Amino acid sequence: MSIELKRVIKQSGADTHIYETDLKFEAGGFNMLLGTTLSGKTTLLRLMAGLERPTRGEVWFNGQDVTGIAVQKRNVSMVYQQFINYPNMTVYENIASPLRVVRTSASQIKEKVGQVAELMRLTPMLDRMPNELSGGQQQRTALARALVKSADLVLLDEPLANLDYKLREELREELPKLFQGTDTTVVYATTEPMEALLLGGHTATLSEGRVTQYGPTAELYHAPRALITAQVFSDPPINTSRISKRGGRFYLSESVSWPVPERIAGLADGDYTLGFRPHHINLHPVGERAIEVEGRVMITEISGSESVVHVQVAESTWVSLSHGIHLYQVGDMARLYLQTNRCFYFDSDLRRIET
Amino acid sequence: MSNKTINNRAWWLVTPVVLLVAFNALIPLMTVVNYSVQETFGDNVFFWEGVRWFEEVLHSERFHASLLRQLSFTGIILLIEIPLGVAIALTMPKKGVWVSVCLVLMALPLLIPWNVVGAMWNIFALPEIGLLGKMINGLGIDYNFTRQPLAAWFTTILMDVWHWTSLVTLLAYAGLCSIPEAYYQAARIDGASRWAVFRFIQLPKMKRVLTIAILLRFMDSFMIYTEPFVLTGGGPGNSTTFLSIDLVKIALGQFDLGPAAAMSLIYFLIILVLSWIFYTLMMRNEEQ
Amino acid sequence: MAKITLDKIRHSYSAELMRAGDWALKEMDVTWSDGGAYALLGPSGCGKTTLLNIISGLLIPTEGRVLFDDVDVTDLPSDQRHIAQVFQFPVVYDTMTVYDNLAFPLRNRGMPADKIRERVHEIAQMLDLQGSLKRRASGLTADGKQKISLGRGLVRPDVNVIMFDEPLTVIDPHLKWLLRSKLKELHQQVGATMIYVTHDQTEALTFADKVVVMHEGVVVQIGTPVELFERPNHTFVGHFIGSPGMNLLACDLREGKPTIDGHPLEVSAPFTPPDTGVQLQIGIRPEFVKLSREGLAVDIVKVNDVGRYRIVEARYQRQAIKLVVPEDEAIPADRAHILFDPAHTHLYADHWILT
Repeated sequence: MSIELKRVIKQSGADTHIYETDLKFEAGGFNMLLGTTLSGKTTLLRLMAGLERPTRGEVWFNGQDVTGIAVQKRNVSMVYQQFINYPNMTVYENIASPLRVVRTSASQIKEKVGQVAELMRLTPMLDRMPNELSGGQQQRTALARALVKSADLVLLDEPLANLDYKLREELREELPKLFQGTDTTVVYATTEPMEALLLGGHTATLSEGRVTQYGPTAELYHAPRALITAQVFSDPPINTSRISKRGGRFYLSESVSWPVPERIAGLADGDYTLGFRPHHINLHPVGERAIEVEGRVMITEISGSESVVHVQVAESTWVSLSHGIHLYQVGDMARLYLQTNRCFYFDSDLRRIET
Repeated sequence: MSNKTINNRAWWLVTPVVLLVAFNALIPLMTVVNYSVQETFGDNVFFWEGVRWFEEVLHSERFHASLLRQLSFTGIILLIEIPLGVAIALTMPKKGVWVSVCLVLMALPLLIPWNVVGAMWNIFALPEIGLLGKMINGLGIDYNFTRQPLAAWFTTILMDVWHWTSLVTLLAYAGLCSIPEAYYQAARIDGASRWAVFRFIQLPKMKRVLTIAILLRFMDSFMIYTEPFVLTGGGPGNSTTFLSIDLVKIALGQFDLGPAAAMSLIYFLIILVLSWIFYTLMMRNEEQ
Repeated sequence: MAKITLDKIRHSYSAELMRAGDWALKEMDVTWSDGGAYALLGPSGCGKTTLLNIISGLLIPTEGRVLFDDVDVTDLPSDQRHIAQVFQFPVVYDTMTVYDNLAFPLRNRGMPADKIRERVHEIAQMLDLQGSLKRRASGLTADGKQKISLGRGLVRPDVNVIMFDEPLTVIDPHLKWLLRSKLKELHQQVGATMIYVTHDQTEALTFADKVVVMHEGVVVQIGTPVELFERPNHTFVGHFIGSPGMNLLACDLREGKPTIDGHPLEVSAPFTPPDTGVQLQIGIRPEFVKLSREGLAVDIVKVNDVGRYRIVEARYQRQAIKLVVPEDEAIPADRAHILFDPAHTHLYADHWILT
């Protein structure tokens, strides 16, 4: 089922939770809402579910206005960060509960619960109570309950946030598979850029109640239209710096400069903002257009295969992420190589300069 | 959360409650207001009296005396029951089989009807045959609650403490149970004394439930009627005649409906104002 | 500061469990050297919190001794062990100001007021809390509160060890980076022994000099992040650390050579062939599998662009193999050849490393 928000605004008292938003999710799509806590993800989900009514604007399902229609009549499911199950029912009864509400026949219930349980690998636990399960199993039960009623719209609010790291990895692989080939539209809210990338589909980045960009996930990551999108969609955080353009070159400082790439050669001279991701500034040259920058090391973090070095370069603090193990002492001068062909350039409105 | 889906049919569901409240509270209240400003000699004949009954009640020494008794009684039982209730809650086990045993024991007094409590304690405290009365006299203390005002107060307060401390205990216990274990561990690591744990962790976390406990106990004790009436009948003399007992005496004993109505309105306002003051005082810190 | 020795520690939560041989912690000997930054890493239920509580004295082990600088402290209560602990959910004393929170552990130990003031200001400076010293602690954000819990540990001059129990659980991803760097910086400044418990490998590897990996009540490996990455002692370490984890491929020996489905492989070093009947596995990290013109012929199943690199799922006969491919490298559409780096190809017998 397709879902569309038309000029939706959500205010509560004097606070605006969602500024005017237009957003359209196609039927059967897997959509990520990516943003920090309080960026408006949960409010958007609640608006789509019908748990809240927009202050202004409309919500359309499949080309029909459903703005005032109650959540019970919308055929949506929602899964929360906390594992919410009925504590006094077995796993089987928990999964069956949405079917019982709509008076499904006993044989059908049995069949459907069986299918979903198999899919979520819960079959051996069907007779147990939720409190006898591990966190991952409890959340799988909650997910199964959301899946069993074949809702048109499934809303997931950071469903994996409370799970163990490895378990999260597993479920991230399984989740998109569950909805493949169905008409169900999935909206998945997360704070983690990596999670959005792993789950794929389309992504809308949110910041302080505004959708900054919407599109295919990889496209958003590789070609953000504005600095704010790049900032929301970067972990570790994206590095930025003031630079100036004179003639055919960008100047970070008097001693550090590089040629302006051909695609934006027509750019006027003046001040711009440079943005680049931590893995595009390295401790050894990568690519053909790497230029050398010196920085003072503030902290080094080693993660087995990668080194994360926080450096002070001129006025900016940058994070560099490189393959291999590189040990520095605090205060050391490090030689870094910036991959200029990977840099983003932003104008004074912090919009990315594309051509 | 402010904008729920609008469905006006929901109003029908509220109708029974509206009717119930109207018949139970509004109509009787308006009747009382009606009586409080008029004089009647029966036969539905009324004479307008304005605020005369209110002036009379507010200036009557009898009212002052029972109000003072009422305030003292409520003050004393709050001072005893709240700390005692909290203290008991602190000693109760947090987990294991003893939890349910303790909870049932604590809930027992709350399950006994008020007039039965009064009757029980009446017999229990009788100097000749009651277990308590005979014991106290056996200790060489002259004790007779039907004749000595002090003994009557002592017995009434003891009865109330016995009956209602459990409520405070249960509420405080619920508050204590909601404190995560990490707080206690952190306190142990910080080297906090038992008192500091109580003062900086348990008390702040119990604040909300204790506010409710104090409010409930205040309102209930301020309106107390049945138990002291069954126990002492307001005596000896007028020594345990609290506001409600006095009110009933005026209204039904002397059939002075006008002054009684005025008195009940004043009584009602006192409870309302005091409850409000309590609540705002206790919640004031919360908002900072 | 102190060296901490766990001498033949075993723990079980009840006598019945003990009789059934159900140990929350199986016998272990671990030494934590003075001033080290350690991480205790494992999935939930692996016993890491039990171990932490044994060190902090909140739990007395069923068997074995805990030594601080060779002094037996097994039966000593927490407040006499001079330890500090930061919990998963921030613990602050709500009714106190930030200043009073920080001063609390010192006041409890009867330190004179002027010394307390000096010390609190010093710590507040380190944690960037000077500005909010007069504020009520209950009004702070989650990361501010976590800093206070940490500050209450740091403020004590006599602390032997500071322990962190998943301290970043309630912190937003973009703040996690900041707080983690702060922790690392503090460790270098104060030089206290720190033990950081987590299920998140990134947190563990970036924070610690040495990582203790636990699995089902057993310490399976203690090593530097690099050792854990390059030479996991146990298949669990290989799987748990790294994202995606190590490829584990069932193999057998033919003429003394490990072979997967008929394809012989070079491994990192010569080994003594194990007894027959043990389960043999080849372990190689996705980072050490390369696309090539020759080698193992595989089918490409799926390519997942995760921004910095791409994760390629390949299939050889019935075995799934994952590889990590840098962002510039071309990936063939359906069939490809891959090579394993012999120096990083390990052989495991019944899950423990042979070579």
